[in-house]
Amino acid sequence: MTNGWIDIKNTDMMLIMGGNPAENHPCGFKWAVEAKRNRNAKLICVDPRFTRTASQADLFLQIRAGSDIAFLGGLINYAINNNRLARDYLAHYTNAAFVIKEGFKLPEDGLYSGFNEDTHIYDKSTWNYEEGGNVTPKGALVAAALTGGAQGIAGNIPGGARPGSVGSVSANVTGNQHASGAAANAFEQSAPKAHAAPAASPGSVQATQGGHGPQGGGHQAGGPVGAKGAGSGPAPVPMLPGNVAYDLSLQHPRCVFQLLKQQYSRYTPEMVERITGIPQDQFLKAADLFTSVRKDGDMKKAATIIYAVGWTQHTFGTQIIRTAAMLQLLLGNVGRAGGGVNALRGHSNIQGATDMGGVFDIFPGYLKVGNPTDTDFAAYIKRSTPTPSKPKEWDSFNYWSNTPKFAVSLLKAFYGDNAKKENDWAFHNLPKIDRRYSWVELFDRMYNGEVKGLFAFGMNAVMIGPDSKKNVDALKKLDWLVVCEIYADETSEFWRYPGTTADELKGINTTVYRLPGAGFAEKDGNMVNSARWTQWKNIALPPPGDAKVDQEILARIFLRIRDLYKSGGTFPDPVLAVTWAYSNPLNPPLAEVAKEINGRALQDVTDEKTNTTIKAGQQLPGFAFLRDDGSTLCGNWLYSGSWTEAGCQSARRDTSDPSGLGIYQGWSWSWPANRRVMYNRASCDVNGQPWDASRKQVWWSEASKKWVGNDVPDFKPDSPPQDHMGPFIMLPEGVGRIFAPIGNFAEGPFPEHYEPYESPIQNPLHPNRSTNPVLIQFKTADDKYGSVKEGFNIICTTYRLTEHYHYWTKNNPMNVQLVPEPFVEIPVELAHEMGISGGDNVRVSSARNYYVAKAMVTNRIRPMTIDGKKTYQIGIPIHWGYRGIQEDRDKTAHTPANNLSPTIMDPNAYTPEFKGFMVKLEKA
Amino acid sequence: MSEEKTLQTKAISAHPGSVPGRHMQREVEVCKMIDATTCIGCKACEVACVEWNDLPFGETTFDNTYQTMTQTRWNYWNLIKFNEHKRADGTLMWLMRKDQCMHCADPGCLRACPADGAIVQYENGIVDFQQENCIGCQLCLSGCPFDIPRFNPTTKKVYKCSLCSDRVGQGLEPACIKSCPTGCLHFGTKAEMKDLAEARAKQLRDVSGFENAGVYDPDSVNGTHVIYVLHDATNPEAYGGLPKTPRIPFVYTLWKPILKPLSLFTVFAGVLGMFFHYVSYGPRRTVPPPRKDEHGNDTQRPAR
Repeated sequence: MTNGWIDIKNTDMMLIMGGNPAENHPCGFKWAVEAKRNRNAKLICVDPRFTRTASQADLFLQIRAGSDIAFLGGLINYAINNNRLARDYLAHYTNAAFVIKEGFKLPEDGLYSGFNEDTHIYDKSTWNYEEGGNVTPKGALVAAALTGGAQGIAGNIPGGARPGSVGSVSANVTGNQHASGAAANAFEQSAPKAHAAPAASPGSVQATQGGHGPQGGGHQAGGPVGAKGAGSGPAPVPMLPGNVAYDLSLQHPRCVFQLLKQQYSRYTPEMVERITGIPQDQFLKAADLFTSVRKDGDMKKAATIIYAVGWTQHTFGTQIIRTAAMLQLLLGNVGRAGGGVNALRGHSNIQGATDMGGVFDIFPGYLKVGNPTDTDFAAYIKRSTPTPSKPKEWDSFNYWSNTPKFAVSLLKAFYGDNAKKENDWAFHNLPKIDRRYSWVELFDRMYNGEVKGLFAFGMNAVMIGPDSKKNVDALKKLDWLVVCEIYADETSEFWRYPGTTADELKGINTTVYRLPGAGFAEKDGNMVNSARWTQWKNIALPPPGDAKVDQEILARIFLRIRDLYKSGGTFPDPVLAVTWAYSNPLNPPLAEVAKEINGRALQDVTDEKTNTTIKAGQQLPGFAFLRDDGSTLCGNWLYSGSWTEAGCQSARRDTSDPSGLGIYQGWSWSWPANRRVMYNRASCDVNGQPWDASRKQVWWSEASKKWVGNDVPDFKPDSPPQDHMGPFIMLPEGVGRIFAPIGNFAEGPFPEHYEPYESPIQNPLHPNRSTNPVLIQFKTADDKYGSVKEGFNIICTTYRLTEHYHYWTKNNPMNVQLVPEPFVEIPVELAHEMGISGGDNVRVSSARNYYVAKAMVTNRIRPMTIDGKKTYQIGIPIHWGYRGIQEDRDKTAHTPANNLSPTIMDPNAYTPEFKGFMVKLEKA
Repeated sequence: MSEEKTLQTKAISAHPGSVPGRHMQREVEVCKMIDATTCIGCKACEVACVEWNDLPFGETTFDNTYQTMTQTRWNYWNLIKFNEHKRADGTLMWLMRKDQCMHCADPGCLRACPADGAIVQYENGIVDFQQENCIGCQLCLSGCPFDIPRFNPTTKKVYKCSLCSDRVGQGLEPACIKSCPTGCLHFGTKAEMKDLAEARAKQLRDVSGFENAGVYDPDSVNGTHVIYVLHDATNPEAYGGLPKTPRIPFVYTLWKPILKPLSLFTVFAGVLGMFFHYVSYGPRRTVPPPRKDEHGNDTQRPAR
């Protein structure tokens, strides 16, 4: 979340889409209810089903699963056409004025410039800013491009903003990280823990995705990672220019605003209706309501967008989130109380898992994992540290320029005294990624016999991935499998998968080791919630019997392996060099680990500005003290400040909230630097004063020449408004990216609607380029995809229920009592056509496999008209498998819901398309 | 509520004479306010109820709904009723209403109960079942206008929501209130809750376009100590059969004021009749079998 749970209470308008918080986040949903009750806020819910959230909405629209970009693109088009824009915000805090290179082409035919039909990779060199500084036409009113913009942005720029005088203004608006909207949660819905969650937290550190490559090289930005079929080696990564051309009149035909206008002019209400199935009148009602917060350009109100894995789990999921971020930038809602782009994380600690490097291509704190071209530390640092890219008159904090400090401190945390300047900080010990190691790809390699063993901790591998049968077939190829769990689950008994024959059983030679893990109440440690709070929890009960906490199991395995390496082996250095200075090496206390993550001084460290010295051995008060000379150690720069000399900040429980904005500075601790709303500089106008005086977050104090406020300013504290430093300090531009340059996203700088890989129609925008041209697919015998022609004519989506938690609670009688059996939600009309009554067994089949459960016949899903065709959607909750209370009594069909879902992935976040695939329905 | 509060009994089922200790203490009337317009049907209240009251789990089966079971059970006192409801303009509503004992000011169950002390009503409004005094006659089931009490055939006792009288007696809120994540459940004095409910209903009418929004606190049972805010107070039936005008069956409204004295009078009159009969005619004697004299002839007892 860019904001936080409690902050939702400050909003005037909520768009909840791609998420069902009343169902999956009932406690957090409280704040949406508070906003409605206390501020008369409006709630718009857009979902394929009438959900528990929809029951609270002022306006509900039923959308076809997988058509979200068309809807959001339509909102952008509506906002531009109706002048519902945050004018000053747009000009100063986003890259709307930046001029894009000649040769860049919008995807009228479904493709941006630079597509290579053979490799299916883009050459992104034209997806870049033009060099050249101020190109605003002389005499132009700088706001002229904004429809009806009579007063013009110029008038609001301190010092006047006539073209030509802009230099003195140094209006500096650059960079946006939310806008890059990494699709974060990947498997959140189905993966019990972090392993599978790729990419950064949406809305939080998108900088990672966008900002921290040299000029924001994203996953596909060249380099071996993501270079699909890159036999000839990656093309050199293009660089962002140092002095960007910009036109403050927003009239230049190649400026971002004009390109944006052109791109989404195709997303008319008619087109939105054809693609999404939402009738025009309803769409217009929603568009009018949502953008009404910027009626007549008034900046007082704030609107929030709230989403979850309903957006991420598509072959274009990252781009859906980006479209939302762009819309919020256009409306000036990012950085503001009651605004933002808010990803609701699906697990109690998925945010923490992602922050701590639970994804294959990031290290803790969203530092990049090296690749084979990083021959030494200097090469790695050069590749991963961005340089500012902005109009030269403007200023950019470019906070990722501190990457070397974060990286050296991390290496010191890993290797202690074994990391020295002389040995390149032991950088050679770190793994380099020569290819992608995303969850689905690991299982694909396992299926192909390339992976011999698997540790499955904190996840039920069979159940969480797409295409359960493929996952089971993959596990059969393993020599050994170690499962750490608290229940006997589908993974540790994968041979029970329905349909496994006696012959097949004989052929399975996998040795399975089951380790008794500890439950959540039996462990202490920090949990990080969606709002980025690290909260310390205590142990309620010790683990029963032989059960052990995770860190003890991992430590014992690690120490044994290290002993084995002491007598030699291939490349023992990374294992032998690791520092392991815990008071109990066999069971490292998590308090000690948390302190290590916060970081401490190894020698005296002095901050010149404040003249504060942290003595050697002391805990660091924050990441500002990190050094790249080896004098500090820090396991995750973002968490620096969470365990200081004053103790565990995450354990704080102060309920005072003087501002009334729900900031609660003394409750737990929020990364980064305990600030609760990110990018909060953008809550103020260019002069540094709040857009809305009734919700004052931070502001520039002329008296103290500092940024001060109720929240911790997310900004360079002494940068006066006159310097025009951009509020999006994690991006090299400093301003929000309406246009995401170069390699941030595999599909292009603006999101474009592509159809789900299995879809009932050809893409009405460009039928010949229907699906995402750069999606990732697989080619084993189990990877089958269906079409309407083959009879797969119903859209299917998958989701969770309030009453259950993934695949655990089917072992708990209370939860089983609440919802005892699997079911399929079916529209009344479809059930009627097929002669299905509620409670009948139905069989849902996809090209992969089938699923059997009882029919829930409901009015909450209606038939839709998609591109003129009557189309049905059905929905399946995911919670049942072949081990559990009801399963063990043979009261269910034992088929996992993910039997149906396809192995096909988003190329940015590697999230499979769990939602919006095609099935057929029969009576069973 | 202060911790010193105790539960002051107001009425006792089938109890002869006055209620011991009544009016010794003044107690506020408590009330649970359920804002059905902000209920998301998460069932936290169902779970909290089962856990706090230590109720055993039961079997459920799929029934084409999100609702846990069709109606409350002797071991499940709190049930959210889910209803799909189409409005006049064709839009759908998914109504969720927490169903449980309404703690009527005029409790039909208590009126119906013939067992001394099996049902008590406290001064604070809570109507509570005392299972140790329950005779299992199930008359309370037919006395309740909300179909709430449930009979356990094993223990031969009847059970229902106690408004957590054990918690309330100690100054705590009921378990369901504590567990509610959206703040749709509120607890306080009846007056406070009524104000809160009316204010919310007004907001729904003025801001959210629910022109019939209102508060459910039916007069026909002299009001309840569980009240609802409904989007459409003119149609409470849409919320899983909440009766528009709940009525205690006629026979029980007559029971206490008329039938009970009448029957007592009948019994008394009978006894009185017997007395006068005795006085008039003396004790009835068994007629001895006819005796034969020595001649073999029947002899008659001499008349009195």
